[in-house]
Formats: sequence, structure tokens, C-alpha cells
Amino acid sequence: MHDHDAPDSHLPIEADAELTYYEQRVEAIQALLIEKGLLSADDVRRAVEDMDARSPAVGARVIARAWVDPHFKQHLLADAKAAIATLGIDVDTWSTLVAVENTPTIHNVVVCTLCSCYPRSLLGVPPDWYKSLNYRARVVKEPRTVLEEFGLELAPDIEVRVYDSTADMRYLVIPQRPAGSEGLSEEALAALVTRDSMIGVTQAQEPSP
Amino acid sequence: MNGVHDMGGMTCYGPVKPEENEPIFHAAWEKRVFAMTMLGMGQLDTLDAFRHAIERMDPTHYLSSTYYEHWLAALEALAVEKGVLTPEELATGVAQETGKRAEGPLPPEAIPAVVQGGAPCNRVEGRLTPRFSVGDQVQARNLNPTGHTRLPRYVRGKNGTIAQVHGTFVYPDTNAHGQGEQPQPLYSVCFTAQELWGPDAAATDDLYIDLWEDYLDPA
Repeated sequence: MHDHDAPDSHLPIEADAELTYYEQRVEAIQALLIEKGLLSADDVRRAVEDMDARSPAVGARVIARAWVDPHFKQHLLADAKAAIATLGIDVDTWSTLVAVENTPTIHNVVVCTLCSCYPRSLLGVPPDWYKSLNYRARVVKEPRTVLEEFGLELAPDIEVRVYDSTADMRYLVIPQRPAGSEGLSEEALAALVTRDSMIGVTQAQEPSP
Repeated sequence: MNGVHDMGGMTCYGPVKPEENEPIFHAAWEKRVFAMTMLGMGQLDTLDAFRHAIERMDPTHYLSSTYYEHWLAALEALAVEKGVLTPEELATGVAQETGKRAEGPLPPEAIPAVVQGGAPCNRVEGRLTPRFSVGDQVQARNLNPTGHTRLPRYVRGKNGTIAQVHGTFVYPDTNAHGQGEQPQPLYSVCFTAQELWGPDAAATDDLYIDLWEDYLDPA
């Protein structure tokens, strides 16, 4: 069952009342902070535009390159920021980044139990489930059960490694390259790399036959 | 602090419910809270202080509100604590006195860095020589500070292995409280699932977590 008819189902009960309350409150706070000189309306608008333009596409591009170029993958695993900089991406302001690789015997999954740290520079804004109490609380203790809720069943002999990002150290999962993707272009490969596969709750998509 | 935010290992919140075709933001006000927080943070306090402001929320409010409500609560709290807004102004929405800083908008090229959030926290000064090496056995200290910490309860007192030496990083426990960055070595520490959760946990599975040197003792 999906709540397609209830777009605000993530909000508490009385979502409409909450929305109105917060619209009004945020409007008032913004006016106050502008009045106090802390920010300007232009800054807010431009920051929203910048954030809206971000997506997991940057991360997908990095993963696709790692799939086709073993040297790049080794560089990515050794020093992720430096490797990504070689793609012409400006990483100067990024937090330190660590890439971890899924293999036939190891599956990695990322969480931030204490807040919701997330590699926004690579993946955009985190999805609600990543910030939810149930994911943050449970994936460190019962990762296999949580992954099953995403439709990912792992064999008992696979080592599950959960990364709890407590520091300003961001984690990127390199999913396994899907079977049947031989010969695809880097661009076509990037289209198989989903946001969720770079967090580690799913595998990359398989190419359509 | 031992707050509700420190929830790793709890199993009372039900299954994870990913939303299909989830929008980036669910309401226009969330975008504005995001932007205001990112823009205001650097001028109000550190990212660690911002995280601690969320942790200091009333626990029932924390548990019953959404992510961007947490951000808004922290932004309001810090704006008052740092003297940018008075409690009266926050309550009424009416400015009693305009700000002294009348800076213009940020240059457009500064926006992406602001939106990305914060700045790198690795440092080349501070405590530079790590006490532990990869493979060393360590025990997470049983610390229960009343202020900000990034040492979650579920690893305290547990034995693990140094998996990686990250370098020297800003120490959140001081940086959240106006006591400076006091950079020190940061490690990736590996704990087996069974060490953390007992014999019922899968023998194959592990947890990796980033812990500062002052959180660790030799095992």
C-alpha cells in the first residue's frame, strides 16, 4: 500500500493545520532575520534555487566512472575527494568523504543515528526515510530486517557493514555493477545508479533487457 | 547529553516506510527553513552548536515533529541565545530594533558552499599524533556528558578495533559550547554486531563508527 493520495502523510496528524501554522511562522522568522541583517530575501531565494537544482546525479556520475575505470575506483577508495576532483567537480568546500565498496561478500549501508548527516554535495537533500526515527534507530541493530523493508534480502554469509556517520565524514557506497551492464556507455550506467543504492539500502538497477 | 536524539539500537519506532516519488521538499516553508538555517548558521554559531540546539528540544516535541521543524526550532533558539532576536520579538514577530549589520546579499558564487553546509572539519593544527593505529583494540569510554557529544550510548563501554585513522578533526564536544575547535585524532572504529547487540546478532556483521581519540581507551 502506498499513500499516493496523501502527499502529506509524513506530517503529523492535522497536517493542514500544521502547514498553515508553519507557513506563517517561517514567514515571520524570515522577516525578522532580514530586519536584523542576518540574511536577505535574495540570499534565501538563491539558496533555495541552488538546493532545488541538486540531485543524486553527481554521485551517479562518480559511481559510473568507478565501474568503468579501475584506476579511478582505487583512487576513489583511497581518497574520495581527490578522485572526484579529477572529474572537474569542485570539492574544496566538501566535508571529508569516504567511499566504501559493495562486493559479492560485503554489503555496506550508511546511517547517521544522532542526527541525519548525509553527503548532500553528491546526493542532494536526504529522503525523509533517511531522517526518520525508525531508520536511524533500527539500522544499526537490525540492518538485515531494515534492508528487507527496502526489498533487499542478503544471503546469511554476506558481511553487512553499517556505517554510523557521527563525524563530519561523509560516506558514499559504491554499489556492485549489475549483471548485464557490460558494454553500456558511462551515461547509461549512471542511469542505473539510484540514490538508495549509494546509501546502501538497495542494489543498483539492472539494465532493461 | 543522554537525549532522545541518541536513538541508535531502539526498536520502538516501527518499520521504515520509504515514500515513492518523494519530492525534494514537502512544503515551501521547508525550503525556506533550509535556506535560512544554512545562511544564518555561520553567523550565529557552529554546526556542532546547531546540532546541540536540536538535541536540547523538548523531547516530546522532537519525537512528534519533522526534520525541518527541528531545524526551525534550533534556528530560533540560537537566534535568541546569540542576541539576534529577543524572546519578545520571537513571540510577536515584530522587530523592536533593526540589526546593526546592514550587509548586502552574499555574492552569488558564495551560495553553493553555504547550501552544501558547513566547511571541512579536518585540521592541520591541534593534536596531530594519533595514539592508536589500525588494528589496535580499543574500548569506547563510558562517558555521559551533559553537553554535546558524538559518542552514542550504544557503543559506550564496548570493545572494538581501529579500522582507519582519519586524521585530526574539530572536536564537537568543545566546539558546540564556545570552547574552541580543539582538534584531535578521529578514527573509524569497528565493533562486531555481537559485541554491541549480543549473541543473537549475526556473527558476520559489523558496525563502523567515527570516534574521536578522547572517546577511546586501549582495550
